[in-house]
Amino acid sequence: MPELIAKTALGGPVPLLLAATELAEAPILPMTSVAPYPGREEQVNAALKPLGVAFPVPNSQSAKGDVRLIWTGRDQAFLIGAPAPEGLAEHAALTDQADGWARLTLTGPQAEAALARLVPIDLRANSFPIGSTTRAPLGHMSMILSRISENGFEIMIFRSTARTAWHEIGDALEHLHARASAL
Amino acid sequence: MRITCPLCGPRDRREFYYYGTDDYLNRPVADAAPTAWDDYLHNRDNPAGVTRDLWYHDMGCTSWLAVTRNTVTHAILKVEAVAPVTGGAK
Repeated sequence: MPELIAKTALGGPVPLLLAATELAEAPILPMTSVAPYPGREEQVNAALKPLGVAFPVPNSQSAKGDVRLIWTGRDQAFLIGAPAPEGLAEHAALTDQADGWARLTLTGPQAEAALARLVPIDLRANSFPIGSTTRAPLGHMSMILSRISENGFEIMIFRSTARTAWHEIGDALEHLHARASAL
Repeated sequence: MRITCPLCGPRDRREFYYYGTDDYLNRPVADAAPTAWDDYLHNRDNPAGVTRDLWYHDMGCTSWLAVTRNTVTHAILKVEAVAPVTGGAK
């Protein structure tokens, strides 16, 4: 069996730095959708215990070290950074998501302002603090959005929309950069 | 217009897909009279005022919602999840 090369959706582009804010593509990580079968929350959490994470409440995530379990919808979360633990498949529907998504990071003082042009929810730190995860549109694209630092976001979009998302966010940064330069 | 999703919180109308009247939640039994099927499939009220219909949060948590709203004022009066809302681990 030949060993295939795993490529990210955008193939690792040079990060875009505008208005002191950086848009970059993040590397591929193990990613599994975890959808507990009805009434199995306890068993799911027991199976997740060795990883140190628990099934998250809506709009949040559970994390320990590099392993995260992020909420992605009704009765569904994505396990990122580690393969699914043994025994979990008995209590939840598991599907590999690793190559289906592109992960982008947007970091810097204008990250909130750039996303405010594309995302119709309040992303200021008091209503969307570190550790928040939500499903929301990015323009017309479906997105899983997390705040990963004080001024940093992780943007997960379908692999097929990665180039459009990169373009749209880059466009927003260019406008913010132009506005700052004109003053 | 905003709809307060029981899972996601207040969200813009563009995140939701409109399906139609909540009559679709009341499917007749298999051997029901033809008039019951006629009502279920075809006959719709068109009220100027309060109505209840189904919306899908397709850009969010993918929940089906039953929304009570006023067609005259556009006020959203009540939003309920069609399936039981579960919140994960306590």
